[in-house]
Amino acid sequence: MAEKYISRSSAIAARMLGGEMMVMSAVDSTFFTLNEVASAIWQAADGRTPLSEIVAAKICQEFDVDRERAQRGADRFVDELSQHGILLVSGQPVEETDSSLSPESR
Amino acid sequence: MSLLAEMNQKALNLGLPISVHLDITYRCNERCVHCYLDHDDHGEMTTAEIVDVLEQLADAGVFFLSLSGGEVLMRRDFFEIVERARKLLFNVKVKTNGVMIHEKEAVRLRQLGVEQVQISVYSHRPEVHDAITKLPGSLKRTIRAIRFLKSQGLKVAIANVLMAGNLSDQPGVIALAKELGVSYTLDPTITPKMDGDTSILALRIPGADLKQVFHNQELVGNVEEFCAPPPAPAEDVMDSFACSAGHTFCYISPYGDVFPCVQFPLPSGNVRRQKFLDIWNHSAQLKEVRSIRARDLPTCSTCAHVGTCTRCPGLAYMEGNMRGPSTADCEKSFQRTGIPSANMLKRTRAGSAGPLIQIQSLANSVQNDAFSAEENLVTA
Repeated sequence: MAEKYISRSSAIAARMLGGEMMVMSAVDSTFFTLNEVASAIWQAADGRTPLSEIVAAKICQEFDVDRERAQRGADRFVDELSQHGILLVSGQPVEETDSSLSPESR
Repeated sequence: MSLLAEMNQKALNLGLPISVHLDITYRCNERCVHCYLDHDDHGEMTTAEIVDVLEQLADAGVFFLSLSGGEVLMRRDFFEIVERARKLLFNVKVKTNGVMIHEKEAVRLRQLGVEQVQISVYSHRPEVHDAITKLPGSLKRTIRAIRFLKSQGLKVAIANVLMAGNLSDQPGVIALAKELGVSYTLDPTITPKMDGDTSILALRIPGADLKQVFHNQELVGNVEEFCAPPPAPAEDVMDSFACSAGHTFCYISPYGDVFPCVQFPLPSGNVRRQKFLDIWNHSAQLKEVRSIRARDLPTCSTCAHVGTCTRCPGLAYMEGNMRGPSTADCEKSFQRTGIPSANMLKRTRAGSAGPLIQIQSLANSVQNDAFSAEENLVTA
């Protein structure tokens, strides 16, 4: 299966609230809250780390979940958020951008 | 409960400010007759100070940020502020009169991912709108701005402040909003000036006209439901508080002063001297606001409307007591339902010169018993 690289769109609003990430699309105002696992994927979405590596290194280790289940969940999560333009998905690593122009996640 | 309401509840439970209204200037290119602000610059926060505040707000957990004024575009660094706010991933709403928005500004707002632009429109007729703003040509420029913003795909809302002088034009503003493809909100609230001057309250819609507004299906939806008499208060009503002011929301002035709300001028700290979170967590004033529950309101806790009233604690504060009634909201509850508030009954009794039971000569009286006296109190 082709590798996926995910990055956060700049056309969003986002904030961590009590362990959950709130994310709203600036394009269609859809609003999501991400649980701890989804928030971990979100935080790791740097456009350069393959999704499979995020799942293996972050999700499986930090949340004690088997690889296959974690990958299925991560794929569903990425599909849904990418449909709303909240996550950007690429088959190639995204070139590093000027960090002064990147959104700051807090 | 919607996801957004759940997040608001979570912020409330955690004691976090999820929403902040930041006025970046009080300067304005209009001079609206009902405006509560002093438009001189008494030392606004610099760009660096505002950026520092934004970073503190982001760290404090603020998600919704309203940038307003004055007229926000009177600041040359307006777009720098919005850019910084968006980089910090706030959901940004901008309130403006639109007069200074051309295509270039509309493009920039779209590029920055602003959630919504709210624009004040007082009438669809230039002679009425411009007389309120005291800026000739302002309606034309405002409508042009709305078209530019819409052409960029931005969400635009027309905010229609209703006063006695423009009430009859309200259907025209709704039609204008429809024509422009933007949403419409109305606000019949005129507040005293921030220095306490109440002269502009004379612009408020008279009670009988307010009743018409509340009984307009196009504005309120289900009139029967909206104007229904208040139900008996539920058990938990006495534990409730008025609104989000000071609980999950606060207001910051261009001078760094922090208040519970833009309509609640209770000084609670200043971000030029204190960290925002220190003010939010430790201000004695905010703690006092948060402590107030319906049961603590001497008059309102006895009122039939206690569970449904839109009582504004800030307007009550401006009337002299944050635990007191807000007479503007008493009037709204009364005009909506026909049932007077406890405050109205109390004031009528206090204001009546004669005894409760009056004896009149038969020739001048239709009814002269205690019930007629009470009836008069109710409908006064």
